[in-house]
Amino acid sequence: MNRIDRRFETLRAAGRRALVPYLTAGDPDPALTVPLLHAVVEAGADLIELGVPFSDPMADGPVIQAACERALGRGMSLRRTLELVARFREDDAATPVVLMGYLNPIEAMGCEAFAAAAAEAGVDGVLTVDMPPEEGEALGAALRARGLHPVYLLAPTTPSDRIRRICDAAGGFVYYVSLKGVTGSDALDTEAVARRVAAIRRQTTLPIGVGFGIRDGASAARVACFADAVIVGSALVRRVAEAGPQRAVAAARALVAELRAAMDGACVQGEARAG
Amino acid sequence: MASIPDPVPAAAGGLPDARGHFGRFGGRFVAETLMAPLEALTEAYERHLRDPAFLSELDRDLAHYVGRPTPLYHAERWSRRLGGARIYLKREDLTHTGAHKINNTVGQALLARRMGKTRVIAETGAGQHGVATATVAARLGLRCVVYMGEVDVERQAINVYRMRLLGAEVVPVRSGSRTLKDALNEALRDWVTHVDDTFYIIGTVAGPHPYPAMVRDFQCVIGREARRQILEAEGRLPDALVACVGGGSNAIGLFHPFLDDREVALWGVEGAGEGIGTGRHAAPLSAGRPGVLHGNRTYLMQDADGQILETHSISAGLDYPGVGPEHAWLKESGRARYVAVTDEEALEAFHDLTRTEGILPALESSHALAWAMRLARELGPDGLIVVNLSGRGDKDVHTVARREGITL
Repeated sequence: MNRIDRRFETLRAAGRRALVPYLTAGDPDPALTVPLLHAVVEAGADLIELGVPFSDPMADGPVIQAACERALGRGMSLRRTLELVARFREDDAATPVVLMGYLNPIEAMGCEAFAAAAAEAGVDGVLTVDMPPEEGEALGAALRARGLHPVYLLAPTTPSDRIRRICDAAGGFVYYVSLKGVTGSDALDTEAVARRVAAIRRQTTLPIGVGFGIRDGASAARVACFADAVIVGSALVRRVAEAGPQRAVAAARALVAELRAAMDGACVQGEARAG
Repeated sequence: MASIPDPVPAAAGGLPDARGHFGRFGGRFVAETLMAPLEALTEAYERHLRDPAFLSELDRDLAHYVGRPTPLYHAERWSRRLGGARIYLKREDLTHTGAHKINNTVGQALLARRMGKTRVIAETGAGQHGVATATVAARLGLRCVVYMGEVDVERQAINVYRMRLLGAEVVPVRSGSRTLKDALNEALRDWVTHVDDTFYIIGTVAGPHPYPAMVRDFQCVIGREARRQILEAEGRLPDALVACVGGGSNAIGLFHPFLDDREVALWGVEGAGEGIGTGRHAAPLSAGRPGVLHGNRTYLMQDADGQILETHSISAGLDYPGVGPEHAWLKESGRARYVAVTDEEALEAFHDLTRTEGILPALESSHALAWAMRLARELGPDGLIVVNLSGRGDKDVHTVARREGITL
């Protein structure tokens, strides 16, 4: 069984929501990525989203763009990202890892070769930001053949019939983009997001993660009341960048712990989805 | 005379298909938020394309605002000097704003207004597309934001000021290589954030479906006119068409109406920069390999890890690591051939045409002229060549002067 499925099953049984921090592989330094991953797990992360740096991250805001540039500047690549996952796996066999990135580096490696290498490294899911399901057949098939989940985005603009088609192509969970914008945007309208998540839930049994625009304990707690997973990217990447390499691990641990505490105190059981 | 719906040449195979594919190229590779807006754009475009009122408005604008048809000029003295084929120049440099870019922005801006959008955005490299967008935005009273790489803002200062005079906001892009590809990234980020009121006017035949098809259709007026004009002037079709290729919109506009004329050779000319062998160039069709960037699958300049490489060309309009997907398909199908000429060769052609014909060509177009010089000698006196003179060179005089050590 894929680690993502197992993890959501356990969380559901416990009535808990998943906390999913995002970090860009190799930022601020390749040597810090594995310690950062272990630190966020110790602080309460349930899944990890690991960004694969790309030279042209079109869907990302300035914070993650800068992280990509820092990582690429230190020699990070898709192959080295997979090496980091393999090193993380040496000490953590349970926490699911979802790669998040863009299609071109994967195509450059080849879909089959990538799926094989990702499975070997211990990756559990792959979210390819610029690959809608219409264009995702080859990669999706290669991933599924290795037991990996293709994870897809849903957006505020996605029409109802399309939600169904995307969920049919997706595995593990679906990622609802909470706002029209790039990663790290402002203006999260929690009530509107809650309504959209409820509408998505009528179309799929997959767990629903919500990301883009969640930056602190308060917003994480509000989203935890209706989503199965709360994804925090730019806020964490910014905290790590501001802390500097010496204090990056401690800074990441502190933010994730704050998010965890806020989420766990957020909703009484009755408010949360029964499962 | 309706502008657009000439029958699509059979050689094009009715491409792209419903999902925007030209063979294995093209498609729609964007984040989910943009999928529905692209679907809405495709629907609107296809509907207005069949609307006689839209087409006659477009025709009127092309005639009275853009200044079409543009002349097909026999460069007699230059042809004679080269001692080979007769060379005709399709004078897109004589359009309003001085480049072919306006053919497309007039069309997309009309569409934007019909879709009820109040704000347009654009990316620009040399600044010609930015100026052409700012121009039509001013005329239609649309708010306009143009994204331009910081490097290009510096080397195309006159166009930046022109855009500002026209009321556009020019945003310098400081990420990545700070050139055209990064401006495109930033425009996509703007669009995803303001998708309700904003129309993204892409300047070339790249991007997600329907842009490669839509921009091509708006630019095909070049080839339709040229085909009619050369038949009038010479009583026969040319042996070869030559056009420069950055993203490839002026080239596809010239080529497309000739696709079925198999006897007409199609030559796309990329920027070889300091030479293909140096790695410092902008020639993805000549020296790149297929990949996915900016919403479509096409030939790209990329490293082994799939990271996009920086490009180098004296011409800002060719300084782009990708190319329109239809060109990728035309290359693979063998219908068109793609070559590259260096900065040096382009400059030589720039001076040659300027001195013999009194026409100052854009550095982009000078790449096509350089290849035409070579081709004219090969074809000999019986040969007949049409070159797309896609823009005028006034914007480039600073670049040329600097190159020759002259401070203006």
